[in-house]
Amino acid sequence: MDMNFSPEDEAFRKEVREFIASALPPHLKKKAEADAEFEHDEVMEWHRILAKKGWAAPHWPKQHGGPGWDAARRFIFSAELELSGAPRLSPFGLAMVGPLIIQFGNAEQQKRFLPDILAGTKVWCQGYSEPNSGSDLASLQLRAEDKGDHFLLNGQKTWTTYAQYADYIFCLARTNSEAKKKQEGISFILCDMKSPGVTAKPFLTTGGTPAFCETWFENVKVPKENLVGEMNQGWTYAKALLGHERTLVAGIGISTRALLRAKRIAAETLAGGRPLLEDPVIQNEIARIEIRLEALKMANYRALAGAQLGHAPGPESSILKLRGTEIQQACFDLLMKLMGENSLTWFNEPGVVPEREEWIPSAFNYMRAATIYAGSNEIQKNIISKMILGLPSA
Amino acid sequence: MDFELSEDQKMLVDTVQSFVRKESPLERMRKLRDDEVGWDRAVWKQMGELGWLGVMFPEDAGGSAMSFVEMGLIIEQLGTTLVPEPVTPLVVAGSALASAGSPAQREQFLAPAIAGATSLAMACEEIQSRFDVRCVHTKGEKSGGGYKLSGQKRWVQNGHAADTLLISARTSGKDGDNSGVSLFIVDKDAPGLTRTSVKQMDGKHGAMLKLDGVEVGADRVVGKLDGAAAILDAALDLGAAAACCEGSGMMQAVLMMTRNYLTERKQFGRAIGSFQALQHRCVDMFVETELAKSTAILAMIKAQETDVSERQRAVSVAKVQLAESGGFVTRQGIQLHGGIGVTDEHDVGLYFKRMQVLCALFGDDLFHSRRYAGLPSFRKHVS
Repeated sequence: MDMNFSPEDEAFRKEVREFIASALPPHLKKKAEADAEFEHDEVMEWHRILAKKGWAAPHWPKQHGGPGWDAARRFIFSAELELSGAPRLSPFGLAMVGPLIIQFGNAEQQKRFLPDILAGTKVWCQGYSEPNSGSDLASLQLRAEDKGDHFLLNGQKTWTTYAQYADYIFCLARTNSEAKKKQEGISFILCDMKSPGVTAKPFLTTGGTPAFCETWFENVKVPKENLVGEMNQGWTYAKALLGHERTLVAGIGISTRALLRAKRIAAETLAGGRPLLEDPVIQNEIARIEIRLEALKMANYRALAGAQLGHAPGPESSILKLRGTEIQQACFDLLMKLMGENSLTWFNEPGVVPEREEWIPSAFNYMRAATIYAGSNEIQKNIISKMILGLPSA
Repeated sequence: MDFELSEDQKMLVDTVQSFVRKESPLERMRKLRDDEVGWDRAVWKQMGELGWLGVMFPEDAGGSAMSFVEMGLIIEQLGTTLVPEPVTPLVVAGSALASAGSPAQREQFLAPAIAGATSLAMACEEIQSRFDVRCVHTKGEKSGGGYKLSGQKRWVQNGHAADTLLISARTSGKDGDNSGVSLFIVDKDAPGLTRTSVKQMDGKHGAMLKLDGVEVGADRVVGKLDGAAAILDAALDLGAAAACCEGSGMMQAVLMMTRNYLTERKQFGRAIGSFQALQHRCVDMFVETELAKSTAILAMIKAQETDVSERQRAVSVAKVQLAESGGFVTRQGIQLHGGIGVTDEHDVGLYFKRMQVLCALFGDDLFHSRRYAGLPSFRKHVS
């Protein structure tokens, strides 16, 4: 048994770290330093820098522009990016619709869409959830009527992150309302956001930032060539995507960075004349979360070593999203606690609280989404209950 | 990075698993609870003959010089049915003999234990010491060519049955000093040694020791005089790692037992495992079991690490996680069984009790959390 990355992988880690340090433009570095929220165009700016280096899509096959890394390198790359505080690239093109088009799309679609996704020249958003279809996603009602040479879309999507900036939206749409099972009447359709009849309106999140939108479709014409794969097979495709990159979902780098931040605040903040970090109660509070993270990291390493050998994801990989997001939240709870009354701050001018702390309350708020998006943790538990423990259906 | 078992390790695990299933189901442990020794010398001998007791020990003592990984894998399997033989006391005392003992000491005391002919015990816990091996009030005074030991030791695992005991004593310096702690080999019937067998919650026995001027020769000092603190730290870390491996096996058993109960037990006309409130609890048990399994592997790999702070970091992570996960899994195991889970006739309570004992031995979570926060690595933060 060996829990170390190979010397070659460690050299790769160093290369990644050095690249990020040198390639991240100063204005983004300054924001990263403060853990500030990046504007969308800043995210895309970083996307294009990574794309130029050939590192924007680590998990894409080489022939489509991926760097050809194995699971360990993809893990290292992802963790180093998280640790650096650099903008996190939008997953909708690179991690979701891109791989789906690679796996299920035709050659024409691959040629038409993949290069722009890779280069960061076109922005994508995801049309899955609807106001009445959240955890029960298969009940979705966005209608796509077959009109011969095109589909006619009518309905509404929600939580469409980045829809306000997006060039395209990929949708799960109902193409057969008579199917025996609701999962069987769903197709995977790509839609130009500039099509007449599409409207997107952003929500303000509790974090005080715009992230996701509501998106309406009113008699939107979508050419037939934008159907991915076969009619009524959309659910199967979307599900196949869920198994992708399961070794990266724990957010080890995010939590590691947050804990380093927490310790810095604890070391620099005095209470009763001594640093918080010297207080045994606070040490214990930090240590407990750090130990939970170490345990998760080991579980992640086990999943990673399995993936390296080409094994199907084992039971340990199913806990990564569940526990990873809980720990991310615990880290931000801890940060808020360490800030004390400074945690009251809300988008103030510099000087009210230390610059590095100003964004924590916003991030703390948005962090609540982590246990909800990509299949809420309760849905994850339903899946584990059924697929791994084999408990009877309700 | 590789967590696959080698062919040899797989074979070892298979052999232990099949022994556990066929020869040591939980009923055996249940029966031995009422026995004054609490384990079976014939089975111990068999384990010795199979080579299990020597996997981590050097060849000159009859071992096979593999590593604690192999020992941990064995202990994990033995944990699944609470096999009661004193393997962990052998790991703790034996590792001190293996790392610091003279060739003669190894031959005389470690070799027969590895063969399953004798058993060992490590006695370093005292009423005030609270897992700190430097906080030792038992005194070792020069006497003739050797030493005279006086003091008391508590909750010595396998202390009631061991043929040979390793006993720590202060030979110089003051309470808490790193230097001045020595480790002595003492025979079970040494004059002046009183062993009182005490019952533990987990059905095992331990011993309270009273040392009233116990004479030991100079050849019975393990390692350097005054230099045992680091040896004891290392030995107790192996004990903690062993507890994590045993606990991991136990959690896997409790999870399966509970999962099966949820599918069989019917209320309101259906299997209670179809209720989401119980499903999610069972999933939480699964998550904790996987995390504890992961940190048990961490402990297996790092328990013999020569970089002390790296070893301590890994072992403390694993031991705290054992308390978190093991505490949760065994408590929820009882809860999901309902009333029957609180009866002595059901097995789940046996795991609960053993887990509680494991959590209290070799440093509890408070000790290890504090130790973890005191390590240099904890002070690393972005400047």
